[in-house]
Amino acid sequence: MNAADVIIVGGGIMGTSAALFLRRHGKSVILLERGLIGQQASGVNFGNVRRQGRYLHQLPLANRSRAIWEHLSEMVGEDCEFVASGHLRVCYTREQADRLEAYARDARDYGLDLEMISTDALRTRFPYLGREIIAASYDATGGHANPRLTTPALGRAAKRAGADVREQSEVTAAAKVGDDFVVEVASQGELRAPVLLVTAGAWAGKFSAIFGEPVPLGAYGPQMTVTEPLPYRIGPTIGVATQHLHETVYFRQVKRGNIVSGGFARGPASIDTNRATVLPEAILGQMEQLRRVMPGFARVNMIRSWSGIEGYLPDDVPIMASSATTPGLFYAFGFCGAGFQIGPGVGDVMAELIARGTTTTPIAPYGISRLTTLTNAKAAECME
Amino acid sequence: MTSVVNDSRVVSRTPARDLPVSGARVISNPCVIIVGAGPAGTRAAETLVAAGLRPIVIDEGQFSGGQIYRRQPTNFTRRHEALYGADAGKARALHDTFDALRDRIDYRPQTLAWTVSEDRLHIVTNGIASVLRFDVLILATGATDRLAPVAGWTLPGCYSLGGAQIALKAQACSIGARPVFLGTGPLLYLVAYQYLKAGVIPAAVLDTAPFTAQLKALPDLAVRPGILARGLMFRMRVWAAGVLIENGVVPIAIDGTEEVAGVRYRAADGAERRVACDAVGMGFHLRSETQLADLAGCAFVFDVETGQWRPEADNDGRTTRAGVYVAGDGARVLGADAAEVAGNLSALAALADLGIEVNMTEVARLRKRMSQLNRFRRGLATAFPWPARLAATSADEVIVCRCEAITAGDIRDAAIAKEAPELNRAKALSRIGMGRCQGRFCGSAAAEILAEARGVSLADVGRLRGQPPIKPLSMGTIKSQDA
Repeated sequence: MNAADVIIVGGGIMGTSAALFLRRHGKSVILLERGLIGQQASGVNFGNVRRQGRYLHQLPLANRSRAIWEHLSEMVGEDCEFVASGHLRVCYTREQADRLEAYARDARDYGLDLEMISTDALRTRFPYLGREIIAASYDATGGHANPRLTTPALGRAAKRAGADVREQSEVTAAAKVGDDFVVEVASQGELRAPVLLVTAGAWAGKFSAIFGEPVPLGAYGPQMTVTEPLPYRIGPTIGVATQHLHETVYFRQVKRGNIVSGGFARGPASIDTNRATVLPEAILGQMEQLRRVMPGFARVNMIRSWSGIEGYLPDDVPIMASSATTPGLFYAFGFCGAGFQIGPGVGDVMAELIARGTTTTPIAPYGISRLTTLTNAKAAECME
Repeated sequence: MTSVVNDSRVVSRTPARDLPVSGARVISNPCVIIVGAGPAGTRAAETLVAAGLRPIVIDEGQFSGGQIYRRQPTNFTRRHEALYGADAGKARALHDTFDALRDRIDYRPQTLAWTVSEDRLHIVTNGIASVLRFDVLILATGATDRLAPVAGWTLPGCYSLGGAQIALKAQACSIGARPVFLGTGPLLYLVAYQYLKAGVIPAAVLDTAPFTAQLKALPDLAVRPGILARGLMFRMRVWAAGVLIENGVVPIAIDGTEEVAGVRYRAADGAERRVACDAVGMGFHLRSETQLADLAGCAFVFDVETGQWRPEADNDGRTTRAGVYVAGDGARVLGADAAEVAGNLSALAALADLGIEVNMTEVARLRKRMSQLNRFRRGLATAFPWPARLAATSADEVIVCRCEAITAGDIRDAAIAKEAPELNRAKALSRIGMGRCQGRFCGSAAAEILAEARGVSLADVGRLRGQPPIKPLSMGTIKSQDA
């Protein structure tokens, strides 16, 4: 069948979650993925299941997603290695500690309870942390999951729920003809649906442009590394809260014992060559910053590094909205390297929006018009 | 230079220099780097020095010589004849050549080249990382044992054949009092012979290659009668010492509880047998170390004869990337003699490409020699075939990836239930090849299992993409101040 209620373009965590939740709303779905499910940003990211540190306006969405994470493995019928082992944001300066405190105060109104931890308490509870760290805020409900497994598992769950999931299916053209979107896929001919949802990550700009809504979407690659397996000792995911990108490093230890890390810099990535680069200088810089957070890093080996292609928008906020130009067209992309935790929630919200015409979770800040109305000059300025 | 601007998501870098794909690039005072100081690396350095250049030679080892002519620790006093047997003359010549070059090259031993980016080689020495720009990069990275999983091969007491040889050569240690040597390849008989000479009588030599394969290879092997005669001599000596030699075996399991106690196998006549032993040296010929060529962006081709991927290169070692050359067993396994010739050839190719005049008569002579050695290589591939079926049909519970303890069944689950169409996807879903060795030792077998499970050809499941660092890198590594 080449017709459905909804065609989804892009099989990352957003697209697969939306497919699964749309099936729960009784909608028929065709999900088109140009490569393999969960192969790009969704598969290569750090795996942080964190709410703290997100913009306050995003917390309702993060809360909704966190509730799904609690039962995600049961929902998809496979272990996604989600552990609620806590999430710790540490900082080096008094100014940053004040920011953490202010955030903790504000976040409470959104249902996120954070515990501020003083220098002395940090030394006792997390003795492996470096002496430069002076304060931290702790979310006991935070944690991490395995991105390599999660999105492919969501894709299989969507398939079992009746979605028509097609890998290696690159969309070559899309248009609205009458009431239907007509989508062309090489060797599959024309596919039709009254609703089109674009969850194509860094590639999504190609589709919004077709429908008269070009956005300044950039592609960058995270700089990820992993150590050899070590005794399992570090509970929470740990990240540095700072105003400086190069100080922004984060790490988590998986039950198998390896420590996964990221941060320090973003690397170049291309949606044309399908390549994202690991910068050797970034790897060394990341190590240096990680040693500040946990000096014990100096005594372990890194065994692998990787990157992938993530979509970034100039104001660091995603697009989750219906199109302003084309009825029936929906977008969820540009998650700026922070989409993994909210992924299942995004799928849930987009399915609700498509099926019911409205959503109980506020998404007003994520409209596409905010960017399409930017002049090119202003967009360029934001990208600087 | 790559600059990372803080507080911004902009990462700027100058584009790769626009190198012509062929023809001479006239560069005054070119930066030439050789990775590897074995037979190929040494001869490449020799040729470059003769042309008036001063190459940088990067080597992981403490001393030059590579694996085959590995030198013993400085306080050991065995003579070349004791260490290298009939190859003593070659070993001495190579060591002497390298030692004579020492003042005319920039030699960096105990240095790991951990990745390549554009025209820069990233190295680390004693925990200090630095960056070397290059105009020419000659990769003479050698080979390691090629391994296939056998039930029980993770028991203490099980070594690779190369490991068993290094223990003897470098440390004068035996892997056991009654070792079994299992696998195939010329090294199988050589190591057995070397152990015998050292006073350790092997419990058995179990060769997975059928004897008929070795007979079939004779015409090709006969192009090097001396080497063939020596190979036969090793076998005869081992046999004459009363050591059990079996051809065409199918290994069933290495057994034991705490450590290796025996090897069970099906003999060529179909009977199941067991040999008691206290150690196993295992290997199935060699595999090239190709990660740097991969990270440098060289194209790879699938080699049907060996079932392995290798950097695409012309007869002189030019890869698909201008300025990057491969030589020796790291390009294609041809053995030490061919590696020396390939080292010379790759350096001459680099010189010619730099616009420096080279002696074409010499080039022609070396190419002719290579083609003769290549015929011998074909003979070895025929005589000692990789046991593809052994790997492909490993029982579900057999560990394939030793680093991460991933079984054949885990790979089949990724292949079938999780629909992984190629090796990198199988890696993402099963962790195969995600450990310390990064798939260098399990990749071959994993590809066989995946191809079998998917019902596709070995070439169709692809190869594991190289990811830096090519060997584990200490997180304590610090950037050099002068970088």
